[in-house]
Order: sequence, then C-alpha cells, then structure tokens
Amino acid sequence: MATTVVTEGLQRRRLSQGTRHTINGLLFASPWIFGLLAFWIYPTLASAYYSFTKYNGVRDPVWTGIANYVELFTSDGEFLDAVYNTVYFAVVSIPLAIIFAFGLALMLNAKIRAQVVYRTIYFLPTLVPEVALALVWVFIFTPHSGLIAAPFRAFGSRGPCWLTCAEWARPTLVLLALWIIGQQIILYLAGLQDVPQDLYDAADVDGANFFTKFLNVTVPILTPVIFFHLVTSVIGALNFFAIPYIMTGGTGFPANSTLFYSIYLYKNAFHYLEMGYASAMAWLLFMFTLFVTLFIWRSARWWVFYAGGEE
Amino acid sequence: MAVESRQLPPTLADGQSKRLLIKRVKGAVRSVLIHAGLIPAAFIFLLPFMWMLSTSLKPDVQFYSYPPVLIPSPLQWSNFPDAVTYITFFLYMRNTLTIAVLATVGVLLSSSLVAYSLARIPWAGRHILFILTLATLMLPFQVTMIPLFIVFKNFGWVNSWLPLIVPHWFGGALYIFLLRQFFMTIPMELSEAARIDGASEFKIYYSILLPLSKPALATVAIFEFIARWRDYIGPLIYLSDQELYTLSLGIYEYQSQYGAEWGLLMAASVMITLPIILLFFFLQKIFVQGIALTGIKG
Repeated sequence: MATTVVTEGLQRRRLSQGTRHTINGLLFASPWIFGLLAFWIYPTLASAYYSFTKYNGVRDPVWTGIANYVELFTSDGEFLDAVYNTVYFAVVSIPLAIIFAFGLALMLNAKIRAQVVYRTIYFLPTLVPEVALALVWVFIFTPHSGLIAAPFRAFGSRGPCWLTCAEWARPTLVLLALWIIGQQIILYLAGLQDVPQDLYDAADVDGANFFTKFLNVTVPILTPVIFFHLVTSVIGALNFFAIPYIMTGGTGFPANSTLFYSIYLYKNAFHYLEMGYASAMAWLLFMFTLFVTLFIWRSARWWVFYAGGEE
Repeated sequence: MAVESRQLPPTLADGQSKRLLIKRVKGAVRSVLIHAGLIPAAFIFLLPFMWMLSTSLKPDVQFYSYPPVLIPSPLQWSNFPDAVTYITFFLYMRNTLTIAVLATVGVLLSSSLVAYSLARIPWAGRHILFILTLATLMLPFQVTMIPLFIVFKNFGWVNSWLPLIVPHWFGGALYIFLLRQFFMTIPMELSEAARIDGASEFKIYYSILLPLSKPALATVAIFEFIARWRDYIGPLIYLSDQELYTLSLGIYEYQSQYGAEWGLLMAASVMITLPIILLFFFLQKIFVQGIALTGIKG
C-alpha cells in the first residue's frame, strides 16, 4: 500500500507538464463533460430516434420510419396553424423589437438626467415572473372593460376584441412581447457607449449632420449588437411558450390563433402522449433554427461591421 | 481709455454668453424632446406593474370601474393577508426558494470549475469542448425535453424537485461562456507564478481566480436565481403534487371555474415580483455589466 503511494508520487512528478494539464483540464471540466453527454448529447440523439417511432413514453417505441414527418406535413392542420402563428410572431415582432430597443437606447444614450431611472423602468417587465405578467395582461386586455378599453370608451367605442378573437389575438401578442425588451435595450446602450468619440469628431469635421452620423457611424458600429439580438430573438421567438400557454391554458383559443409551435409540441408530448410525434416536431424545429441561424451568420459578412477588422 | 477697456470685456462676454445661450437653449430643446419620447415609453413599460399594484389594493367592485381607478380609495390592504391564506402561499414560496438556491449553488460551483478548465488550463480538447458548449445554446429546449423526461421518469424522479435541481450541478452553457470570458481577462502570469511556487490547479482556482471574479460570479448567481424563481415550464412538466408546487404553478389557484380572484392574484403577483425588483435595484450594476457581457462576442 505504502509503496504504491510512493511510486504514484514519483510517477506524478515524472509526468510532463502537458500531461498534467490534460489531466487537470479534464478533471475540472468533468462535471460539464458528463452534463453535455447526459443532458444534451444523449437526449438529442434519443430525440432523433424517437422521431421515427410511435412512442407514448411507457411502452417501447415502435419504429414507423418517416411516418411522423409525413403526417405533420400532409394531414395535420393544427401543425400548420402552429407554424403559421410562430412564423407570423417571429417576422412581425423581431424587427419591431430591434427598432424599439435601438431607438430607446439611442435616446437613453443622450446625456440626459435620470438615465438610470429610465433604464430601470424599461427593464422592469423582464423581471416580472411570466405567470404574473401574462395574467396581468389578460386582466388589462379584457375587452370592453379592462384598462385597455378605457381610451376607446372615452370615444364611445368598445375597442378591439384583443385576445378573444382570432384576427386580433396574434397582433396583440406581438404587442405584448414588445414589453419585454429591457435586456436588449441594455445591450444596445452598452454598444452605444463603446462607439469611439473620435469617429463622431471626424464626422463633425467633415460637416456631417445628425442623420449621416447616425447612418454612417452609429449603425455600423452597432451591427454586431443587432446581429446578436437577431440570432437570439429568432431562437426566442421560435420557443415562445410560457406567456401564451399561461393565457390560454394551451388551448390555442381563439380558433388556434395562439397555438404556437412550442405549445403544440408540448401538448403532443404531455397531453396526447405522442412522444414520437412531438420529437419529430422538435427535430424539425431544430433543423429550422439551425438553418435560419446559419443563414443570418452567413449574411453577417455583408452587413455586420467588426471594428477589430476580422471576425 | 479706462472707459474703453472697461467696456470691451463686457461686449466680448456678451458675444460669448449669446453663443452659450444658444447652445444652452439648443441643449434644453434637445433634452426636452428626448424626455418627451422617454416619459411616455416609461409609462407604457410601467403600466403592467402599476396596474398589478393598483389592483392588489382594490376592493372587488373597482376592478372594472370606468373611468379606471389607479389609486384606489380606500386602499384594501387586506388583499395581501388574504392572498397568503387563500392558497398555501408560503409553502410555494419556500419550495421555489429551495429549488432556486440549490440550483444556483450547483450552477456556480460547476460552471466556474469548467470555465477554469476552458480559460486557464492549456489542454488539447478545450477548444472542441468550448465549441460544443456554444452549440448547446442553439439547441431548442424542446429537443432534449422529451428524452430527459423519460430518463428522469425511469429514475423515479418525476414529481420531485430533482429534475429541476440536479442538471444544474453539471454546469450551464451560458454561464460557462460568461465565466470563461471573464477568466480570460485575468493575467496568466498570476497562474504561472503560482504554479512555479508549487500550487495545485485547485488551489489557484480557489484562492486566486475565484476571489478576483466576484463580480462575474455574482452575475451568474443572480441570473440563475432569477431564472429559477421565474421558471414556468420546468415545474409544469415535472411537478404534479400540489405540495411540491412552486409559485408559478400555485398562483393558478386564485382562478376557479367562477373566475379569478383578481385582487388576491395581483397581491400575490406583487409579492412574487417584489423580491426580484429589490435584487435588481441593489445590484443594478452587476446586472447591467452581466447583460453587456453576454453580448460581448456579438
């Protein structure tokens, strides 16, 4: 026993520095190496397998080939509704979020009083737990009698039907999502504070006005932040779940207009116990996310400006 | 002469002050315009929270009154004590707190160790590991959701807090990334000097890196704590026993088939939200730096 300890000690001393670094590196990273395998890589592969099976989570999965995928695209109207709602939400809400977050950050960046107070207020909705936020919104957006109806009542109108009719529910949710841009505002603000003053000074010397400075200095310097916002919000929009789920209990009411992709997927998995079918949906979402992200990434070389020269 | 020399400076100052005045007026107009944009925006951003607070202090009859009442009179404070007895509010709060604290401790310990490996130890596999770490950030949670549920079901962990806590003890990708970026900014010479003195890697991690990284660690702790405090889908998937519920699930109990107890519901919402807002007020700097740090790679 004692001798093995001694020889181990000797061997240890003889280990080259490179080997020691490898051992230490692996040791320190071991929780995450295990975590990656157990909570990311295995589930991803298992999900790919389940997507080709009929599986209720209890009995063994039964291989059905591409049947789930075929069914999704050919005979599932709800799936197509969910895709439409989600794409609508992403396409409408993301550009608006970029414009509003950027715009508010620009105004905040002007050296004004109470900047911190404004920043805090804009950040507030992102701190409210989603359950509380969603329920307050339902309360505020109660047609005809909620707070939102008050300005309409002042003009003798009853106002829109908001979350209770299909044609208004989608735009209303887009509107609500615009409340939660506090993090993005802070990102843009941080980016704006990094714009080197000498660029503006140089533009002043050239006689540039406010708008040329904005277009030719501010926007290019901020393109990496816009890029980051774009990539993260695409992923966020495709995963939009909690707020509409809380509002409707996942029913998609009214007329499936709030049935988002993640909600329909969740219902398939945990309400209908169609785990194979839900896995096929998850993989389609994954592929789509990857495709869109790569597309944005590829496009970056045309519009994203890196001050450091190279990426 | 004497008169002239006395008159000259005032005229000079006059021209200067005129220019200064124009500049000042311009600045004032500009800041008025900016505030004219910022104040309505602030009002809109505050609205959900103001209405939550206002409703939490209202008697039932005023919920839908027109014109809307922002500051109810009399203030119905009883909604707050009623809210904590109408449902088992403090039990849910304790559950939420337990999960949030345990997950936060785990994520801090594990993520900082892994980040140390990626940032401070030169070993061959670390670049691949780092890329894999970033790749998981792109993976929608729905992909891993179902197989993980099956795994935890086979472990007998469904309907317990374990699935909501244990995975966090094996590191979080975003936090590993954040801490790695931070660790990289600490001069390597510190580690090298300590290695020459014979310090083990763990010793360097524990007594050099961690004390220097308090702001980054605080950021991770706050982000994770708030994420767990607000978590909805995790408890929704895994918890079915009412006694295990977190606040996100328990808050539904103010709603029944007869409608919602809006006053109580909003009082509870205020109580759930307030701790986070207080955290934010006191640690605002850490928040802002942390968010800016996530965008660093941009």
